[in-house]
Amino acid sequence: MYSPYTWPEILPPAGGDMSIDWQGYDSGDGYDELIDTGGAPREAAEPLCRYLASLSTGEIEERKRAADLSILTMGVTFTVYTEEGGSIDRAWPFDIIPRILSAQEWERAEAGLKQRVHALNLFIDDLYHAQRIVKDGVLPAWVLEKSVNFRPECKGVDPPHGVWAHVCGSDLVRDRDGTLYVLEDNLRIPSGVSYMLENRLVTKRVFPELFEHVNIRPIDDYPAQLFDMLCSLSPRPGDSPEIVVLTPGIYNSAYFEHAYLAQQMGAELVEGSDLCVGDDDCVYMRTIEGPARVDVIYRRIDDLFLDPETFGTESVIGVPGLLRAWKKGKVGLANAPGAGVADDKVVYAFVPKAIKYYLDEEPILPNVPTYLCMDPRHREYVKANLDKLVVKPANASGGYGLLVGPHATATQRAQFTRLIEHDPRDYVAQPVISLSTVPTLCEEGLERRHVDLRPFILSGAASYVTMGGLTRVALRRGSLVVNSSQGGGSKDTWVVDGRAH
Amino acid sequence: MLSRVAERLYWMGRYLERAEDTARLINVNTHLVLDLPKDTALGWEPLVFIMSAEGPFFARYPAAGETEVVRYMVGDRDNSCSILSSLHQARENLRTTRDVVPREAWEKLNDLYQYAASQGEKSIGRRARFTFLTHVIDGCQLLAGLFAGTMSRGPGYDFARIGRNLERADMTTRIIDVRSASLLAHASGELVPFETIQWVSVLKSLSGHQMYRRHVHVRVNGEDVVWFLLQDRSFPRAVYHCLNEVQVSLGKLPRHEVPRRHVARLKQQIGNAGVEDLSREGLHDLIDALQIALGRLHDRIRATYFLGDAPVARSDSMAA
Repeated sequence: MYSPYTWPEILPPAGGDMSIDWQGYDSGDGYDELIDTGGAPREAAEPLCRYLASLSTGEIEERKRAADLSILTMGVTFTVYTEEGGSIDRAWPFDIIPRILSAQEWERAEAGLKQRVHALNLFIDDLYHAQRIVKDGVLPAWVLEKSVNFRPECKGVDPPHGVWAHVCGSDLVRDRDGTLYVLEDNLRIPSGVSYMLENRLVTKRVFPELFEHVNIRPIDDYPAQLFDMLCSLSPRPGDSPEIVVLTPGIYNSAYFEHAYLAQQMGAELVEGSDLCVGDDDCVYMRTIEGPARVDVIYRRIDDLFLDPETFGTESVIGVPGLLRAWKKGKVGLANAPGAGVADDKVVYAFVPKAIKYYLDEEPILPNVPTYLCMDPRHREYVKANLDKLVVKPANASGGYGLLVGPHATATQRAQFTRLIEHDPRDYVAQPVISLSTVPTLCEEGLERRHVDLRPFILSGAASYVTMGGLTRVALRRGSLVVNSSQGGGSKDTWVVDGRAH
Repeated sequence: MLSRVAERLYWMGRYLERAEDTARLINVNTHLVLDLPKDTALGWEPLVFIMSAEGPFFARYPAAGETEVVRYMVGDRDNSCSILSSLHQARENLRTTRDVVPREAWEKLNDLYQYAASQGEKSIGRRARFTFLTHVIDGCQLLAGLFAGTMSRGPGYDFARIGRNLERADMTTRIIDVRSASLLAHASGELVPFETIQWVSVLKSLSGHQMYRRHVHVRVNGEDVVWFLLQDRSFPRAVYHCLNEVQVSLGKLPRHEVPRRHVARLKQQIGNAGVEDLSREGLHDLIDALQIALGRLHDRIRATYFLGDAPVARSDSMAA
C-alpha cells in the first residue's frame, strides 16, 4: 500500500531544478550557437530551448538512451574491421542537442559557398590551361611549383561543364564575434555526408514532436542531388547513365559511407578490380552478363592510386587506363583528378583574391586571416607572435604537424622557428579561432562544447549546397579538436525557418 | 550483377557447406569410434584422407590420433578446411556482399563465427565436442533456412545455391571414396567385422540413414549405400541430386549454355554407372573421374561468370 504522503516525492517536480535551466547554462565568453550572452535562447533556437526546458532530466536521459539505442541498431553498418578477425562496432558519438542556424543566415552562407566553389572551379580549370591568374600576377608562380596536388598529367583536359571539384566539403568555423569563416576547402574526396544524413534520422526518432511544430528544412535529398549531378557528367547524355561508386574496399575507414551512398543512389559499389578499360578507351565493369559500360565514376580513391598506368604507382585498388578514358571524354570522374591543387593551405590564402579575379565579386564568406611564411614581412610577424598563432604545414591534413602557439612549450616554438626558416614556403600561420559552442549533454548535465560545420557543395550542370551540413563537436571540455579520431562527435544541424512565425 | 559479388556469394555457399559437412563428419566418427571395440583398427586417420590433407596434417602432427585430428579439423587456422577457417572465409565473402543478402544472415554468420572462434579450442574433448558440433550444424542450417526464406530469388541466390550444391557433391564423393576403399577392400563374401555398423555411419555422416531406410528397403550393405549416395534422385546429399540443383540454378542465369551442358554430361555419367562401376576397382576410378569433372565444372562457372573476360578488355589481371 502506498501512503498518500509518499506520492509527491515519487513524482518529479514540474519544472524547477530537475529540468534544464537556461539561465544556469554557462555560455562562456565565446559565441554560443543556441544561447546569447544574456542567457536567452537565440530566435531560431527558441522553440527547441523552450521544449527542452519542459522536459525533466529523467526524460532527457530517456531521449539520450533512445538515441544511443538507435545508433546501436544502425551500429551494424558502422562496423569497423580489425586485422585480428574481429570487428568493432564503433558507436558513432552523437549528441542529441542539435545545432541550429537561422534560415536567413544560412541563405547567406549558401550563397557564399556557391560563390566560393564556382570561383575554385574556374581557378582549377585555369591552372590546367592558360594559367592566366599566374600571368596576371595574382597568384605567385612558386605556389603552384610547390603544390603536391598539382597533376601535370591533367593539363589541357576539358571536363564537362568546366567543373573539377564536383563534391566539395568546406569547413566553416565561427569566431567570438559571430563571424562565419571558411577554415578550409576539401576538394579531393571529402567524407562525412552519410553521418549528416544518419544524424537527422536519429534526431527524428528522438524528437518527433519538434519536427511537427518547427520549420526544420529537410536535408534528405542529398543522395538524389548527388545522383543528378553525377548524371550530368555522363558522356552519353540522354541515355540513363550507368553510375558507380569506386571504393578502395572494406578496409577503408569511410567504406560505410561508400556503401551507403551507392545504396541510396541505386548505383553499383565497385572496387578497382571490377573495372577495366577497353581498347575503345571506354570503361567497363565485369558482370555475370559480360562487360557493361560505365558512364560516370564517383571515385573515393586518392588521385595517385586511381590509375597505375598513369601515375606509376603500384596501386592494386586502381584501374589501369582510367585516366586515358577520362581524358578522351569516355567516362566522367568525380572529383576530377588534380582538383586537389586548390585545397592546400597556401593556395587557400589566395582564394579571396581568386574570387575577385574570376568573378569580380567580393567574397561573401571570409577566409581566416592567413600569414604566408614565404612573404618576408609575414614571416617576421609569425616568428614574433608564435604564442598567439596556429602554424600549419601547407600540405598536411588531419591536424598533423600543427603548432598551437598558446598551448605550445618554448622548445616547440623554437623548433617551429627553425622549421619556418628552413622552408618558409611550407608553412602558413593563422590566429587562433575560438570556435563557437553548442550546449551538449555531458556527465554533469548541459555544458558548452566547441563545434565546426562541414557543408557539402555539389557542382555539375547545376550547383547545390546541403541544408546546413555535418556539425562536428569536440566532446572534451575546452577542446577545439573536432576530429572523430580524436574524441570528436557530431550533432544534427537544423536550418530553421524563423520567418514562418 | 558484378562478377566479384557473384563469386563471393558462390564461395560463401561453398564454405558454409564445408563447415557443416566437416562438423557432421567429426560427429559421426566420434559415435562410430564409441560403438566399435577398442581394438578395431579404424580410427581417425580416414578423416585426414577425406579432406585430402595428408601432406599438411602430417607435417604438423606426428600421428593421426583423435585429439590431433579433431583439433586440426575444428579450429586449426592453418588448415584452410577447418570449421573455423571455413566459417571465417564464409564471413569474409559475406562481409562485402552484405547489401545483397538479408541483413539478419550477416548477423547470424557473424555470431556463428564468433562462437567457433571462442569455443573451438575448448571443444576438443568428447563431451564439449558434441555440443559444439551440433551448434555449428544448427547454425549452418539456420543460415541455409534464412537464405531460402528471406532472400529474393535472383542471381545472388542462385550463385550461393550453386556453391552449396557443388561443395556438397564434392564432399559426398570424398566420403564414398575413402570409406569404400577400406570397406570394399575385402573380397566379396568375406566378412568385414562390423561392416554394417560402418556403412550405417557413412550414411549418418551425410544424414542419410533414415532416408536410405525409407527408400531402399533393404538391409544396409555397401553396394546399395554407394548407389544411394551417388545416384538417388531425391536425397539432397546424393551427388546426382546436387548436380540437378546446380543445373536448375544455372538455368536461371544468363550465358549458361556451356556450364549447363557440362553438368548434364556429368549427371549422365553418374546415372549410367552400373553395378560393375560400383564394385571396388570400378568405384575408385569412377570417383576419380567425378572429382576431376567437378573441378572442371567449377572452372567453367568461373570462366563464364567470375572473370568477366571481355573481348574489348586489355587488362592483364584477368588472366590470373
